[in-house]
Amino acid sequence: MILGIDTSLGTAVAAIARDGEVLADEQSANPLGHAEVIGDLLRRATVGAPAPTHVAIGMGPGPFTGLRVGIATARVYALGRGIPAVPVPSHDGIALGRLLSDALTGTDTGRFAVVTDARRKEFAYSIYEGLDDDGLPVRVSDAQLTPRDDLDARLDDAGARRYEATTVSAAMIALAAARALDAGRTLAGSEPLYLRSPDVVAAHAPKRVS
Amino acid sequence: MDAPLVLGIETSCDETGIGIVRGRQLLSNTIASSMDEHARYGGVVPEVAARAHLEALQPSIDAALAEAGVTLADLDAVAVTSGPGLAGALMVGVGAAKGLAVALDKPLYAVNHLVGHIAADILDAEAGELEYPTVALLVSGGHTSLLLVRDLTSDVELLGETMDDAAGEAFDKVARLLKLPYPGGPEIDRAAADGDPTAIRFPRGLSRASDMASHRYDFSFSGLKTAVARWVEQHEAAGEPVPVADVAASFREAVVDVLVTKALDACARHGVPRLLLGGGVIANKRLRDVALERAAAAGVAVRIPPLRLCTDNGAMIAALAAELISSGRRPSTLAFGADSTLPVTEIQVAEDPDADTPAPRAGTTP
Ligand SMILES: [Zn+2]
Repeated sequence: MILGIDTSLGTAVAAIARDGEVLADEQSANPLGHAEVIGDLLRRATVGAPAPTHVAIGMGPGPFTGLRVGIATARVYALGRGIPAVPVPSHDGIALGRLLSDALTGTDTGRFAVVTDARRKEFAYSIYEGLDDDGLPVRVSDAQLTPRDDLDARLDDAGARRYEATTVSAAMIALAAARALDAGRTLAGSEPLYLRSPDVVAAHAPKRVS
Repeated sequence: MDAPLVLGIETSCDETGIGIVRGRQLLSNTIASSMDEHARYGGVVPEVAARAHLEALQPSIDAALAEAGVTLADLDAVAVTSGPGLAGALMVGVGAAKGLAVALDKPLYAVNHLVGHIAADILDAEAGELEYPTVALLVSGGHTSLLLVRDLTSDVELLGETMDDAAGEAFDKVARLLKLPYPGGPEIDRAAADGDPTAIRFPRGLSRASDMASHRYDFSFSGLKTAVARWVEQHEAAGEPVPVADVAASFREAVVDVLVTKALDACARHGVPRLLLGGGVIANKRLRDVALERAAAAGVAVRIPPLRLCTDNGAMIAALAAELISSGRRPSTLAFGADSTLPVTEIQVAEDPDADTPAPRAGTTP
């Protein structure tokens, strides 16, 4: 079994068999409260399922505070079970879900951009086009940030249609990991996809008080 | 059951603390600090701290297990700080603790950071049994609290706390005023070594007779910081050199005086001849010296845990959970979160009424 955990948008935990069959798919409708719900979702997703062999982790992009909860939970869960963690860009999971559902209906997806909210009047987006021979979405460009007002112009230039997502399926994160493992590929590094430095400035001289 | 083997996770501020205890026996106190990353900002930056916690967790857990000579399978329970502290930083620890507890199918105890500072004392094998009631003064970069502890696991009362800056923050801010680096505590200490603590009479916050009714045990350091700033600016404006040693010594004396005076006043008013000190600022030697000297004169016995247990750490969180387990408390549910303002009266968070108390380890019962 492969366990999938993603908290880049809401909180989602899923268990899938290595062949892709979904064994459990738990999620919280609350876009916040990641730390509050993740433990119960994790227990529900794993309690009836066979022992996991890998933990697939959605690495973002997403609001940092929530994103980190899932990564921390997933990494330490993997440590506790003595199994490897498999990092997956969260947008890859969204793209895989879109491509598979279009394939079912015979729709030609074409080139498209997964777009998610990045706060501070910005979007995060990654561009994809089709599935490769390993059954993984072809990522034309990695996740990056754009001012919201610039998004459409950028997507026009890239010839990509806009596909906005407000949730991530943990089952799709797990499936992307399963396909990457089958193909011996790595989808993401071990660092979260923050895309933004901490919002701080170096200390300046203290303000005068008199 | 035997003394429970507990792993504690602490991420409330800038230290990633992983501690392992067997009952009151300390097996590992592993700390990874992101202090150096905050130095150029002159204070703890929450986002920087939270990122550092995420990266430090796994290596710290591995290091703690290796030092303690135990495996995860040996653990009886997992413990974690639920609050108070920086929300985003706390959440990393809460997520990690839940992941570990579910992976191992072990009970999880979500506990109060401030009460953890008191629990650090029971890990001191040299010290005798902690006697109740005791007044506790907890001073760090994140908190300044005066507590009345009647029982570590069931009865802790907040007498007072800072209304603005924590004492450690005041040291950091005054260090910046004096163009000294971060963290300010040790720098002010160094600068104060040759200074005259009576050179300048800086104000003692919330110490006037009119403050005694409603803020007798509360603290305020922002007025003190402003007074130091004004004093320095006036000297600079007059073209006089600033006597850094005297300013540092006089500022430190004002902080120490108000901390010790209020703590001993609490001991006297509650008839408690015992004072426990905790928190990172207890590393300040002048604070310890003045506390010991004036407590001795007042007939109050002072306890100070080893300094590595005074700064934020996971061992104190594990120790508090071990005490909770030994006193028969049930584990927490999995549904708690991070509570940045958790009151000190909530020693354990989200105790699960339906859970069993942790069962004896296999092989330890006949
Ligand atoms: Zn603390």
